[in-house]
Amino acid sequence: MHADSEFVARDPAAHPPALTPIYKTSVFRAPHRPLLSLQNSLSEVTGPAFGQHELGPLDNDLVRNYAQAGGAPVGERIIVHGRVLDGSARPVPGVLVEFWQANAGGRYRHRNDNYDAPIDPNFGGCGRCLTDAEGRYAFRTVKPGPYPYRNRVNDWRPAHIHFSVFGSGFAQRLITQMYFEGDPLIRHDSILQTVPDPAAQQRLVALLDLNASVPLHTLAYRWDIVLRGGRSTLFENRLQGN
Amino acid sequence: MIPHDTLGYLPETPSQTAGPYVHIGLIPKQAGFDIFANNLGEALFGPDTEGERIRIEGRIFDGTGALVRDALVEIWQADAHGRFDHPADRQPGPRDAGFRGWGRTGTDFETGLWAFETIKPGRIAGRSGHGRMAPHISLWIVARGINLGLATRLYFGDEAEANAEDPVLRIVEQPDRRRTLIATPSLRDGGTVYTFDIRLQGDNETVFFDI
Ligand SMILES: [Fe+3]
Repeated sequence: MHADSEFVARDPAAHPPALTPIYKTSVFRAPHRPLLSLQNSLSEVTGPAFGQHELGPLDNDLVRNYAQAGGAPVGERIIVHGRVLDGSARPVPGVLVEFWQANAGGRYRHRNDNYDAPIDPNFGGCGRCLTDAEGRYAFRTVKPGPYPYRNRVNDWRPAHIHFSVFGSGFAQRLITQMYFEGDPLIRHDSILQTVPDPAAQQRLVALLDLNASVPLHTLAYRWDIVLRGGRSTLFENRLQGN
Repeated sequence: MIPHDTLGYLPETPSQTAGPYVHIGLIPKQAGFDIFANNLGEALFGPDTEGERIRIEGRIFDGTGALVRDALVEIWQADAHGRFDHPADRQPGPRDAGFRGWGRTGTDFETGLWAFETIKPGRIAGRSGHGRMAPHISLWIVARGINLGLATRLYFGDEAEANAEDPVLRIVEQPDRRRTLIATPSLRDGGTVYTFDIRLQGDNETVFFDI
């Protein structure tokens, strides 16, 4: 393994701690012992790669990928786009980005979701794409609705889209959630508040991007994702001469 | 968009829980519907894949001892030669071109069981200056109530000699904790099944890594 394949350690201040009593489910699912720090080996700097041939042509269009013939999902059509970058501000090209969400009424097409809002027969609620050479991703969907969930009695999730991102190595693997600028539920959200740093919380909020909108048709939101960066190997490679 | 620090580095995007409906996006069949022509991560090997076919399976327990029945589990592993399907693996020698080494599944909503049919990986070069690693499979677990994906490793109970030399197992100081990383082999229908239960919390809490 070449030293330049290694990733910098995750910044714990950027992420929620495992134990966050405001999000009650974490209390019995959070490890109590400290994580054991591991210098990267081949098992961490490597990771799976995916090809365009593994995806379908409509996988990044949630407006059409589950719609019945002649049908369309109810809701506000939006484009969500942005870039996947690493901590050194370099694009992460060719990686799989997956997303899932509730429909416009806040209901998931999931056997365990029993929220009393209608299932949309034309909406599946999931999609995926690969980033391009500049690390860009984009997909079309409808804006998800907020929904209540069992935590505190009156907890509601702000509108959000779940994201799963692969990097170039398994150590960069990330699952997170994207929120929408201006949503009044954001400041009440127990899940977002598991992230202690307000500036880090803001990095999960997508901004309205009128320039990327399609006039008379579709609004757009922009959200960039930053994965851990690679290590700078100036010292090991050049100063030590190995 | 994202302000960088004074050295030009960008801060990481925070992790958030995968939530109770992670299946929709990543394993929609388990959520209860069919949408993609190709579901990623279901099959690890094809007819030509080299190596011994094995099954790995287990359950995940929370701090009260209850089953975690809504988790997503991903695995990443080397091929039978101990090589990864990735350009950072510059080890010399053969590699099985037909093996990606990545799988994904969910714990069963009723039984809490997760399982993969895969092949036993070979031994893998360690970091420079370290001995070879024992055969192992990397696991990554996300679920409702887990704020940042949990990384651990499955080692094989019938590889005592290699395990004793493994540079990662060796940094786990307490022998009892090291045992949480070792899967127990048994025979079933003529094949080997390795059982690997994961405890998120408590006396036998699994060792999780900050990788
Ligand atoms: Fe959600």
